This record gives sequence, C-alpha cells and structure tokens, in this order.
Amino acid sequence: MNKKQKKMLTRIVISAVLVVICYLLPLEGIWRFIAFMIPYVIIGYDILRKAFKGIMNKQVFDENFLMATATVGAICLGEYSEAVAVMLFYQIGELFQSYAVGKSRKNITELMDIRPDYANVEIDGSIEQVDPDEVEVGTIITVLPGEKIPMDGVIVEGASRLDTSALTGESVPRKAEENDEVISGCINLEGVLKIRTTREFGESTVSKILDLVENASSKKSRSEQFITRFAHYYTPVVCYSALALALLPPIVLLLTGKDPSWSTWIYRALTFLVISCPCALVISIPLSFFGGIGGASNQGILIKGSNYLEMLSQVDTLVFDKTGTITKGVFAVNEIEYCEDKDKLLEYAAHCECYSNHPIARSIKEAYGKDIDESRISDVQEISGHGITAKVDEVTVACGNDKLMKMLKVDYKHTESYGTVVYVAIDNKFAGSIIVSDVLKDNAEKAFKDFPNMGIKKTIMLSGDRNEVAQAIGKKLSISEVYGELLPQEKVDKLEEILSRSNTTAYVGDGINDAPALSRSDVGISMGALGSDAAIEAADVVLMDDDINKLPKAIRIARKCIRIVYENIYFAIGVKVICLILGALGLGNMWLAIFADVGVMVIAVMNAMRALNTRNI
Amino acid sequence: MKKTYKIDVDCANCANKMEDATKKTEGVKDAVVNFMTLKMSVEFEEGYDPKEVMPRVLENCRIVEDECEIFFK
Repeated sequence: MNKKQKKMLTRIVISAVLVVICYLLPLEGIWRFIAFMIPYVIIGYDILRKAFKGIMNKQVFDENFLMATATVGAICLGEYSEAVAVMLFYQIGELFQSYAVGKSRKNITELMDIRPDYANVEIDGSIEQVDPDEVEVGTIITVLPGEKIPMDGVIVEGASRLDTSALTGESVPRKAEENDEVISGCINLEGVLKIRTTREFGESTVSKILDLVENASSKKSRSEQFITRFAHYYTPVVCYSALALALLPPIVLLLTGKDPSWSTWIYRALTFLVISCPCALVISIPLSFFGGIGGASNQGILIKGSNYLEMLSQVDTLVFDKTGTITKGVFAVNEIEYCEDKDKLLEYAAHCECYSNHPIARSIKEAYGKDIDESRISDVQEISGHGITAKVDEVTVACGNDKLMKMLKVDYKHTESYGTVVYVAIDNKFAGSIIVSDVLKDNAEKAFKDFPNMGIKKTIMLSGDRNEVAQAIGKKLSISEVYGELLPQEKVDKLEEILSRSNTTAYVGDGINDAPALSRSDVGISMGALGSDAAIEAADVVLMDDDINKLPKAIRIARKCIRIVYENIYFAIGVKVICLILGALGLGNMWLAIFADVGVMVIAVMNAMRALNTRNI
Repeated sequence: MKKTYKIDVDCANCANKMEDATKKTEGVKDAVVNFMTLKMSVEFEEGYDPKEVMPRVLENCRIVEDECEIFFK
C-alpha cells in the first residue's frame, strides 16, 4: 500500500470505530447529530469538497456528487448512521479498487520486466555500467552471466545459452555463438559475451515490445466504448429518476387527498442515488482488458489493442500462409522408400551429392549427419536437369529424378509424393527413393486438431507453392479449403473474397511478404516475429516465436478475457437494475444500495483480475 | 507531434476527466489518457511548443481533478 492508501485506511478505521461508539451511546437530539457528524466528516470531507468543486466547474454528475447528495439527504431525514455507513463503505470500495488496480499494475510490470537497467561498456580498459540510452551503434558491450542483453547486436566473442522466456514464453534456452545475432531482453545464462551493438536502445526489440504493450490499451474495444457511453447517460438518467421518485409520487398522493409521506419517497430516492454509481463497470472493464493483454504478453503473445483482443475472441475463419507459418520453410528428408538399409542408402546418396550446393543435396547431407570422406569419391558428373552420378568406394551411384533413371535405363519404381523425389541407383540397380520436402512445424498437427473443437468453422490455406504440395499438406492437416499456386496479389484477392463471405477472419502469416494481407484481414496475426520488425509492425497480434500452438492459446486467452468482460457487464448492470427496482418499490433500503454499489464493484474487480492468469490456458 | 507523459491520478473516472480537459486545451489536437499504465499521450497542433502547452494542460486538469499530476520537464 502506498502513502495515500495508508492514510485512507486510517481514516476508515477511525471513523468505523467512532460510528460504532456513536451508535451505542444513548444520545438524543442535537447531541446525537453532533456525535455522528465527527465520523462523517472524517470519512467524507474530501468527497464533499470534490462534489462542491464539481458543481462549481459545471461537472455535476459524478460519483462524488451522488455520494454527497445521498448522504446529506439521509442526514436531513435523521438517518445518521446510514449516512456515515454509505460514506464509509464507499471509501472502503474506493480503497479496495485503488489497491487492486495498483496490484495488477505491478503484476503486469513484473511480467514485462524486460527493460535492462544498464549496459557494460569498456572505457579505458575498465568495464563501466552506463545508461543503455547512451550506447552508440557499433559499441562493444559485455554481458555477464545472469545479465539481460541491453540492445540488439552480434556476438563477437564468447558462446552461451540465452533465456528468451521473457520475450517468447518459451522456456528452452537458445544457443548463441560467435557471429550469431542476439536480441535485447534475453538473459545470458552461462559465458561472458562480447556483443557489437547493431541498434540503439530506442530501436532495439526490447524497447519496441515495451512500447507496444504499454500503448496497447489505448486502442479501445467496442465494449469499452459502450461502457464509456453507458456511464455518460446512466448517471444523469438515474439522478433525474431519483428526483422524479422523490417528487412525483408524493405530489400525486397529495392531489388525490392522501398522506404524501414525503420522507419515505425521499429515502427511496436517496437509495437510488447510492445504487446509481457506475464505478463497477468503469473500472472493471478496462482492468479486464489490461489483465488479458498483460497475461498474453507473458506467454509471448503481443496484442496491440483491446479492440484486437475482442476481434480475436470472435474469429471463426482462420486463413494461413503456408511456408513459414504451417511449414518450417526448410527442406528436409522426410521419407525413404523401397529400401532395406536406409542408412547405407543415405550414406551413398550424401557422398554422391557431396559437391552439390542445391538445397535438396544439402538436406540429404544433413540427414546423413556424419562427416563426408571426400577420398572415397571420384568421377563426379553433374547431368543438368537430371542429377548426379559418382563413384563411391568402387560402386557407381546415381542420384536424380525419373529422367536420370530413364536415361541410365534403370528399372525404378515410380514414387508418388508431394515433395521432391530423389531416385538412387547403385551399380545401375534401383536402390530406393528419398523424399525431400518442406516439413510441417512440430505442433502443426496438434494445433489443427484443436481448431474445430474451439468452434473455428473454417481453416483456409493460401500458398504460392505448387498445387499438389499445398493440397497434400491440406489433406494431412484436414484444412477445409486449400488454394495453391497463388501470386502475392492473388493471395490478397482471395483473402478479400474470403472476408466477404465470413464473419470474422484472421490471417496468419510470417510477415515477410504478406504485409498487405495482414493489414487487410480483421485480425492480422504474425508468427515467429522475434527479430523481425516487419512482422511486428504489420500485424495486430504478434506471436513472438515459431510455435503454432500459440495461436489456439491466443484465441483462448482472448475468449477468457471477453467472457470476463461480459460477465461483469451483465452482472453489474443486472444487479443494479434489480436493486433500483427494489429500491423504488420500497423493498430495499440503504444497506442493499451499499451492496449494489460497493459489493458489486469488489466482485467485478476480483473477477477482472482473473484475466491476468493465462498460465494454464 | 506526439508525446507521452507519465501521470498520477487516483481513479478511472478522474482519468477520463483529465482526458476531456486536455483535449479542450489550446494547442492540443488529441489526447489519450491511459489509467492502467498511468500514461498520457498528447498530440499537439502544428506550431505549438509542448513546453508551453503542457503547463496549460496541467492547469486545466487541476481544475477538474485537483489531485492529479503530470510529469513533464
């Protein structure tokens, strides 16, 4: 608790004790009034002053005015203890609210505790700590184990493992060696690193991310706008209704010749005023969004505004880019067919392709994984458009496509596949086929199984790749619609067409060449954005690492947050309307009104704070 | 020109009041007050110096909410 809150707590305790004493003392008439005035003034002087100032500034309808009128009115009716109680509980509510907001503010800042405090720079042979803002591009900085990397750069000396969890939510450390690019905000776990900075602090990843998260809640969602408008009309409406309730029924009664019972109706009108405070909504809705955005960023999901969080929760159509989003965008040996000794086949193929730099040759060498003994190879011949033949250990190895096999008159077995097929013949006899293709991301299958269960109606894949390749991947992941062989402009046109026939569409891409699609869709989501500025700029939601599983998670976080928002809206308005009706009918008293105001607010705020917890979604 | 300032204010509604007061200040094109992060971003009209506008902004905010603070140098 801060100083202000402690002061308020003292005021609350003192006046609570005093009001109980006043209640127990057998005082009458003017003495009773004076006795109750002491706790009333202690607890409510600032509210009264603010209400007075509000009237002076022609800003009449706010909660101070409501509370001041309600309590002064109650005092006039002789309901001293209730007047003090209303003020007391109102202040308790305010204190709780300020404590809760402060607490979640602190929680979120801790979650986003990636701002480095200093950078170690070598000046005249000794290492000194300087403000990261003052370090120029090209400076060599030293990062000791346990320290945060203060700005983006390249390692010039040393090797280590880096903890990227504050940025990506990913707990497995990354390896970093000399000449590797490193990103600010990562924590150095082991060795001493010397880094040549490539960006100023203000331009570094860590600054950009912080800036983005801090500005996220200034883009207001529809529900927030609704609440602002609602509060704008609600308070005056209730005030005038209260006035009508105080005046109209007694006048009607008076005119019909009955007892007007003024004090009963005024009392009912005053309870109206107490109930009418819109605090519960005004504070809990932005608090929920703030918590949701903060909790998501803790999981490596950056959401650029409450409006996007709201959209994300409503998404029913997901459009994906293929390469870099669903697949890794690197070639790798996927399968080996028609072959007994797969390792032997790979060994021969890798040696045969030893001198080739083609991506397919490289992936075969990578799959082999061992060092290649060049002395075993002779007579290498590259037959362009066909493949390679070479002598390895006195046997002739031929690696290539079906044309090569036909040319060498090898009796090969045709292999049907969406990837690229490399046929291998040893001593002119067919030995097997190696299928090289772009590989799916590790969690792709799991994520795509999740989508239908989450109520995502349609998944669509747009790809610039060959149609068979796109279709094969679509089939494997049961994607509803697949479109291949699209040029970049055609992708945008296709997306437009999809947008026109579905409710809320999210486009998921890697941000590298699909910026137009990202900005055109309802929600643009970019993946694997760590270190890629384009992806961070163009998208509305940024998944910091490559894990496609973050996508269902992001949608779940958004849905949880929006659910909390609606719970609070319905709960707060519902309880207030019921209490207003009960109050008008004379079935509720001031105590009910206090619950409707402070009680609802406390419950709504506690509910809102749940949005921050995103760990187990 | 757009600038962001740290602020201190007690309640969400007071922050809204500050936002309104800031928007009405001469030389301010638009303003957003974020109660959750306690930050205020002000977009200034062309030809106005933030150093001259900000004291007026604070003055106007103090009228509607006397316990608020805006940190500018």
